Amino acid sequence: MSAALLVRALRDPASVAGLDAAGWNGLIAAARAERLIATLAVQIEGLPVPDAVEPMLADARLDAAREARQALWEADRAAQALRALDVRVVLLKGTAYAAAGLKAGAGRFIGDLDILVPRDRLDAVEQALFAAGWEWAKPDPYDDAYYRQWMHELPPMIHATRDRMIDVHHTILPLTARPRPDAATLIAAAEPAGNGLYMLSAEDRVCHAVAHMLADGDLQGGLRNLWDIYGLLAEADPAALDRRVAIHGLAAHVRQARRLAASLYGAGARLTLWDRAVRARLLARDGWGRETRKALVFAFFVRSHWLRMPPLMLARHLWTKWRKGHRPQ
Amino acid sequence: MRHELTLRIGPATFRIGSAWRGPIDQLSRLYAVYPDAAGAIADFTVRLQPTSAIRQWVRPSIFITGDHGLADAAPMRLSHGLLAAEMGMNLQMALGWRRHLLLHASSVEKDGRVLVMTGESGSGKSTLAALLGERGWRLMGDEFALLDMATGAIMPFPRLVSLKNRAIDVVSGQVGEGRMGPLLAATAKGDIRHMVPRADAVARMDEGGMPALLLFPRFGHDRDVRPVGQAEIFMRLTQASTNYVALGEAGFTALTRFVRGVPARAIDFPTGDDAIAMVERLWEEMA
Repeated sequence: MSAALLVRALRDPASVAGLDAAGWNGLIAAARAERLIATLAVQIEGLPVPDAVEPMLADARLDAAREARQALWEADRAAQALRALDVRVVLLKGTAYAAAGLKAGAGRFIGDLDILVPRDRLDAVEQALFAAGWEWAKPDPYDDAYYRQWMHELPPMIHATRDRMIDVHHTILPLTARPRPDAATLIAAAEPAGNGLYMLSAEDRVCHAVAHMLADGDLQGGLRNLWDIYGLLAEADPAALDRRVAIHGLAAHVRQARRLAASLYGAGARLTLWDRAVRARLLARDGWGRETRKALVFAFFVRSHWLRMPPLMLARHLWTKWRKGHRPQ
Repeated sequence: MRHELTLRIGPATFRIGSAWRGPIDQLSRLYAVYPDAAGAIADFTVRLQPTSAIRQWVRPSIFITGDHGLADAAPMRLSHGLLAAEMGMNLQMALGWRRHLLLHASSVEKDGRVLVMTGESGSGKSTLAALLGERGWRLMGDEFALLDMATGAIMPFPRLVSLKNRAIDVVSGQVGEGRMGPLLAATAKGDIRHMVPRADAVARMDEGGMPALLLFPRFGHDRDVRPVGQAEIFMRLTQASTNYVALGEAGFTALTRFVRGVPARAIDFPTGDDAIAMVERLWEEMA
């Protein structure tokens, strides 16, 4: 199980000293598949590794540095586009971690730009982004209506010339999900992140990362999301976190995230049966970078939709998607 | 994966896994003169996997992926498995290599100096490199020329040469059947046959050379030689590079130096023999 090898290397970087060639091949393939190669490269920087490995790690660190630079530039462009609106623009996820220089940002893969804005200003934000060159990434009437009615974000937009995506959120979980995080207090408690932009408070960052991973997703990329959480927990104040967790209705999820983070990346934890199922899903990756345990992976895919929607709505949604040719990975 | 092979080509090592034996057997035969890299730590993993569980056995269909993949890559027939493996290696290089500036170009070397040829698919750059490689030049590669960002040298990446359609007969007649792969008929790019580079080109695959001439060949037109402005060269090479953007300032600096320092011409030619005569003359005059 190479995902286990990856987790061990992140928890205990010195453990890579014992790897043979097959072990390194498995570790690197799993780390690339989980988009944790640069995180791994940062963690084991300075340790002796085989000559064939060092350039791969150096490349990964350079890629991560470029990604962070690009992400911050994209954030700067969004800030510029939205400056006149007098709206609090809150950076989320990777871009926020990079802007703040957080532990969770070291070597982190950064994909799209995610921002959070007040829901009652969405129209103005949308118009300002259009005016500055963003456009819909994949115009589809069903998706558009679905996003607007039920989701926590607008349909993805892409910049016409820079080819970078932006996700505009108005809260951190779909409106159909059972927990209802309080978007207004997220924005009110946000902290300056430079350049007129904001980021969530340390405790709300944990809430968001946990909501994204455990209350919403199918655990694709879960090892990376859990690594984020592991880093973010270390920077959050436990008492303040308890208060925020209660406001957002995420207490059980955050408790589970603590156990999983401690179990995989920390000093260990007592896991429930349900935790073990999640852990098995997180570690479903072999030495060729392939996803394993197909049935378990599919079960979590189905569950992610179950969590998002009431049954009838889910059935209608899956039927529409199926007819359009969408198949789960 | 059920079947696997590790290959080293120039500076890059590939671990290729396949759900089927066929592509691995073909690779083993065609890469027999390359160094044995079994058990090495690979720069890239390539996977040839069934598009779904059933398609391993019934109408086998290959999905090419690996460390770096494209979600919408078209599946391929098992009979084209060798091509799938080659495309898989290309994909890893194109998306993941950072140690050189990658130019989508062929290159050949003489007296330690390198001729680089770039152009669209079908421009004749592969055929020209293959033919020159049989006529006193050393073939360095037909898909990627690797520009060393520190020294400005071109480093070899001498994979199998991919010959398409009419080029197949032209080249196979000259190199002999022993160095040719199987005919892959009716691929997305037409008929394809792979050619094994000469053994001495493989033996010298760690040895680079300084670029001395850049050509933009174009097959199927009347003989013509034109100068190309540096700004145009720069633009065309940024488009011919898959990692130019990813390399940032280092890539810009290396490419600028290449464009300023290497003389360039666009050449049109109606046949391979015309092309070789034109190249040899330009080489005498300019390089």
